Amino acid sequence: MKMTFKEFLVKFRPLLGLLLLAVIVSLISPRFLSVGNIMNVLRQTSINAVIAAGMTFVILTGGIDLSVGSILALCGAISAYMIAEDMGVALTLFTTLSLGTLLGIFAGIAITKGKVQPFIATLVSMTLLRGVTLVFTDGKPISTGYDAAADIYSWFGTGYVLGVPVPVLLMIIVFVLSWYVLKHTRFGRYVYAIGGNEEASRLSGVRVSRIKIAVYAISGLTAAIAGITLTARLSSAQPTAGAGYELDAIAAVVLGGTSLAGGIGTVFGTFIGALIIGILNNALNLMNVSSYYQMIAKGAVILIAVLMDRKK
Amino acid sequence: MSDMPLLEMKNINKAFPGVKALDNVSLSITAGEVLALLGENGAGKSTLMKILSGVYTKDSGEILYNGKPFVVKDPKDAQKKGIAIIHQELNLIPELTVGENIFLGREPVNFYKKIKFSEMNAEAEKYLTRLGMDIKPSVKVGSLSVGQAQMVEIAKALSMNARIIIMDEPTDALTDVETENLYSVIRELKAEGRAIVYISHKLSEVFDICDRAAVLRDGTFVTSRAVSDLTEESIIQLMVGRPIHDRYPASGAPGTDVVFEARGLTNHRVKDVSFIVKRGEILGVAGLMGSGRSEVAKSIFGAMPLYSGQIILDGRPLKINHPSSAIDNGISYVSEDRKQLGLILGMSVKENITLPALKKFQNMFRHVSTEKEIQVSEEYINKMSIKTTGPSQKVLNLSGGNQQKVAIGKGLVTAPKVLILDEPTRGVDVGAKKEIYELINDLKKNGIAIILISSEMPEVMGMSDRILVMSGGSVAGELMKEDATQEKIMKLAIENLSRNAG
Ligand SMILES: Nc1ncnc2c1ncn2[C@@H]1O[C@H](COP(=O)(O)OP(=O)(O)OP(=O)(O)O)[C@@H](O)[C@H]1O
Ligand SMILES: [Mg+2]
Repeated sequence: MKMTFKEFLVKFRPLLGLLLLAVIVSLISPRFLSVGNIMNVLRQTSINAVIAAGMTFVILTGGIDLSVGSILALCGAISAYMIAEDMGVALTLFTTLSLGTLLGIFAGIAITKGKVQPFIATLVSMTLLRGVTLVFTDGKPISTGYDAAADIYSWFGTGYVLGVPVPVLLMIIVFVLSWYVLKHTRFGRYVYAIGGNEEASRLSGVRVSRIKIAVYAISGLTAAIAGITLTARLSSAQPTAGAGYELDAIAAVVLGGTSLAGGIGTVFGTFIGALIIGILNNALNLMNVSSYYQMIAKGAVILIAVLMDRKK
Repeated sequence: MSDMPLLEMKNINKAFPGVKALDNVSLSITAGEVLALLGENGAGKSTLMKILSGVYTKDSGEILYNGKPFVVKDPKDAQKKGIAIIHQELNLIPELTVGENIFLGREPVNFYKKIKFSEMNAEAEKYLTRLGMDIKPSVKVGSLSVGQAQMVEIAKALSMNARIIIMDEPTDALTDVETENLYSVIRELKAEGRAIVYISHKLSEVFDICDRAAVLRDGTFVTSRAVSDLTEESIIQLMVGRPIHDRYPASGAPGTDVVFEARGLTNHRVKDVSFIVKRGEILGVAGLMGSGRSEVAKSIFGAMPLYSGQIILDGRPLKINHPSSAIDNGISYVSEDRKQLGLILGMSVKENITLPALKKFQNMFRHVSTEKEIQVSEEYINKMSIKTTGPSQKVLNLSGGNQQKVAIGKGLVTAPKVLILDEPTRGVDVGAKKEIYELINDLKKNGIAIILISSEMPEVMGMSDRILVMSGGSVAGELMKEDATQEKIMKLAIENLSRNAG
């Protein structure tokens, strides 16, 4: 099917926004376009992007997940503790990723079987899990230590493969998988269908509860992955890590053109959305803008994007 | 009736991506007249009326009101200028009350901007009574049946006190009694000198209530004639461009072995419902609105819980607790409410059709094959002549009747052994109806057991081998095709009601 210019604009608006932003930033700050800085931007973006990928699944069903920041912190703390206690990298990764998934499943069950609104259910787990993390860490950072296991573990945050930082590589894997699942599998189709019309989906034989539980599980899993890379990068877990990350993730999803009502959007858009936020942060840092003004600038960009999106 | 038209639309053009919906269409509307606007599914009827009521803007053309150029900016503006429309699809807010819905955006308020609820509800009650409706303005719209909600839409249009009232398939979901009430209101409106544009696929209604008929075909204006100069046959000829014989095509005799059996189905809406369907048999289910027909279907399909009862397929009792297990066992259901329960409007034609059967479209790597999806959905598009720009067009952008055909396609794609069709031809034009009937007959020949729920008497009587009549949630009786008459069906349909009332 041939696309008109207008349709093209609508479809690729997030991408065009990103390019525009990149051009402006590179004009203001020539350092922006250096290979080193671009890798930097990608690495800084990767945490938010990975969380936002999982968030995309949830939002596509018409839900929301506020608990991702807290899951990140708890998973980070548990993994740092396990590494410090020498329980082995493999077991640590397995436990941490399972835990994140399981926490998502719990939220999903509360939402589907318990009929609690997603906003409320995940608000509860956001608060609860932050508390658990603070109790578990006693409010202090947990260091991963300095032995061989800690070294291997830190590779997930600081390592390189063929010149690409490992977190960036993980991000790419997460996005390719998410894209494949959403675009080419039955599960992905069901995710869109539920967001479009839940009751009609049920009558089409879609097991709505199962799919919804699964999307929260995916969101929990991606939060755990982000928790691991963040902890590995810093070689320690902060109990307050990830606070506010849920909002950055939601912003990335929305900037990428996904509808909060569900049913419409792509994970590619989310990737672009995360990059826009990442570049903005990076540029404001390069320009030495104070963090107070950075928040204002970020808010303004999101506002403009959302306003543009309303005009179809 | 004066000769000067109240409103004229001249050389109206409207294109959507990939379709020319209206091509130089002209239409005049006279005060004190009911104008039937007719045409096949996708002919452009709704689009033309949406232009008049400010929903869409025309690409070119001219509108004259009382001979003067007339511009409508948006629906609100059209309302102000005396044009009200009852849309083909319901547009009410379920969480609000009937009164709040009727006066949405036009609520009477006092000095402090507080809504004067008692005044609003009293006013709403006036219109409901006029339509012979026995519902309180204070009830939530969400608790009403589709037919009642449709009547609320009509009340809303009446309350706008418009000079021109457009009704886009208003009787689609109405009972005969409700339709009669609507007719008498239309006659009053006519006597008051208002103009009414009446869109319908039920051709008998044209002769019941309309004075003149205008026909569109493929986005072009065909003709406009006095109804007294027309017959059903001539209207069909004008709409479709060829005559249609045998509106209800004959089919062979059903088999003898029982394929499906429902035994003692009981829940909060249905009481002890039992029946059988044989191989290749069409079992018609008749009854009034609210007689529990759709509820029986949903209970069989696992969309409504059963307190007791058994569902038996090929002699095997089934355990069905979710529509997906019904589908896996070879039972398929096409809902009466395509917008809420049947379709995912934001998804494409192809994604809708394949949704219930996606398993069949994936390979061993769980990859859903788009090529296969396109191929299968194109089959259905051709078989039912769905008017669309292609398998990837959003269902939202199809005309009402074509959406209905997509909903039917969804029911067939799973290749069921038992097919439950709930008002399958709602909003479908005469020609397409026959195509759907032929499709049903094909399925019948292949031995599929078909349960056909319909409120259209000629349809149940024309298509069924046997007719089950429901009343008040239980089976009131059963008639063979040969013995069925409209009177006998009606008598059974109201049986339990009078017994309960007495
Ligand atoms: N919003 C839209 N976007 C794209 N195409 C549209 C849109 N609305 C209508 N169309 C197309 O315009 C044509 C006319 O549609 P319209 O709804 O006016 O038909 P109709 O005569 O009312 O049919 P029906 O009897 O099925 O209700 C159809 O081909 C339809 O697909
Ligand atoms: Mg229409």
